[in-house]
Amino acid sequence: MIPVWNQMVSALPLEWAQYGFMQNALLAVLLVTPLLALLGCLVINHQMAFLSEAIGHSTLTGLAVGVLLGLREPVAAVIGFSLLLGILVVCLRRFSAVSMDTAIALLMACVVSLGVVLLSRGGGFSRYSRYLVGDILTLSDAEIVRLAVLLGLVVLIWRLFFNSLFLVHLNRTLAASRGFGVARAEAGFSILVALVVAVAMPWVGLLVINAMLILPAAAARNLARNTRQYTVMAVLFGMVSGVLGLVTSFYANTATGATIALWSSGFFVLSIFLRRR
Amino acid sequence: MNPLTDNSGKLHVCGACCTRLEQFGVRLGARTILENINLHMHCGELTAVIGPNGAGKTTLLRAMIGDVPHTGALRFVHHDKVESSKPLRIGYVPQKVEIDATSPTTVMDLFTAALTRRPVWMGASGPVRRQAGDALERVGAGSLTNCKLAEISMGQLQRVFLALALVPVPEILLLDEPVSGVDRAGTALFYETVSRMRTEFDLSILLVSHDLTAVAAVADRMILLDHTILCDGVPREVLLSPRIRETFGFGFTAEEIPEQRPATVALAHMESRPEGRKEPAL
Repeated sequence: MIPVWNQMVSALPLEWAQYGFMQNALLAVLLVTPLLALLGCLVINHQMAFLSEAIGHSTLTGLAVGVLLGLREPVAAVIGFSLLLGILVVCLRRFSAVSMDTAIALLMACVVSLGVVLLSRGGGFSRYSRYLVGDILTLSDAEIVRLAVLLGLVVLIWRLFFNSLFLVHLNRTLAASRGFGVARAEAGFSILVALVVAVAMPWVGLLVINAMLILPAAAARNLARNTRQYTVMAVLFGMVSGVLGLVTSFYANTATGATIALWSSGFFVLSIFLRRR
Repeated sequence: MNPLTDNSGKLHVCGACCTRLEQFGVRLGARTILENINLHMHCGELTAVIGPNGAGKTTLLRAMIGDVPHTGALRFVHHDKVESSKPLRIGYVPQKVEIDATSPTTVMDLFTAALTRRPVWMGASGPVRRQAGDALERVGAGSLTNCKLAEISMGQLQRVFLALALVPVPEILLLDEPVSGVDRAGTALFYETVSRMRTEFDLSILLVSHDLTAVAAVADRMILLDHTILCDGVPREVLLSPRIRETFGFGFTAEEIPEQRPATVALAHMESRPEGRKEPAL
């Protein structure tokens, strides 16, 4: 599959398209951006933007734990830790009277400091700074396949359970009165966000992953007349800023994740002006 | 499906179906929120639940829906005395739903999500469009189909939720302070619509409200709730009972309580109430 893709891209009469790492990166961008944009739509609907930010930052601690355990592939620890945090937040939401944003801020502060402390032991933090900015140019074929599987999973969930996720956010008692499994939907969604953020983090960069999650959906929200347009526009904004960001970063020699996030920010600002009209 | 028939195609007989709460209770950790609730509600009957803040009114509705675990039983007995084995079909109109201003969710999105398995992001199908159109038409909200929830008034929003709660026609309709935040004209229209739907579908309705005298006019029966049922009777009886003063710290005189009458007239009464005479915030 991937060699076929590489040949197709190299047929483009563009300089950047001739490099193998760019061909891989383009594929990765076309998988990651719709994935994050789709999720972002519901993250904003659920008013969970802050939560996904917290999960993004906590991946640092997951990384630290992975390194501490001496794992060669710390990503497994990152995923495990994010899932743990996702579950922790679900529990907080259910059983605690602390206001949600306070709870998340507290949790994030603790978890991030723990991560930094662990990683900076012996003054070696700079070794891990690549996780902060991400590196989409070093993706292996296996990692691209992993992203594709994740996108497939999210599309499947969107096909089967979207209405339940959608209605539970709108009013959980209303959703319950119509026979939707409220607890299942809430927990499932938090866990899904944690999983996607953890898997995408090393490539997108911890600092900007939430931007890529939130911005396309936020821009779409300014323009969409209904949920269908909202979803379609978010995915389009995400993919277009992804490709523009990748190409810009190639020529400007900048971090790809952040460049994509800047393009998304541009689209968001544009959407504000278009909304005014 | 004809709205007046149940799943078996039989016609409902007025006042003979019964929703029963038996030894119903809710416990949250060590705290008892509700206990010893015994209540029979018949179709066509509007029961108002009043009580101070924290009395467990909303919890009662949430427990009936199954959003909060409860003890005791919730049963539905058909007019032919056959007890329904299926879970109770409940219509629910929530209290003051916060819709953020940029939300792209439309009325049609809401209906699609609630009524079909087709994901909202794929757009509405023809049948659900017709179904929603009919339901909205019934509550006088037919023109709102493609409006965003964030762009319609509170009163319109509550009528949309009412329309949704009536598809399919429920065995019991639960209204949780449905008009809090709704302006006067909207309140009048909402109660008028509820009243019309009650007659049309022979609904049994449980209404939680803060506006004691206004519901006295529309309700057949009133329940004073404070963790358990303190008082149960026709509205006039309940409002004049000494329990009211014990619970709320103020009472009513006989003249202050409106006669029970059709909702429209009752609301005309509300409209004419002098502005200065506000009920204490509960």
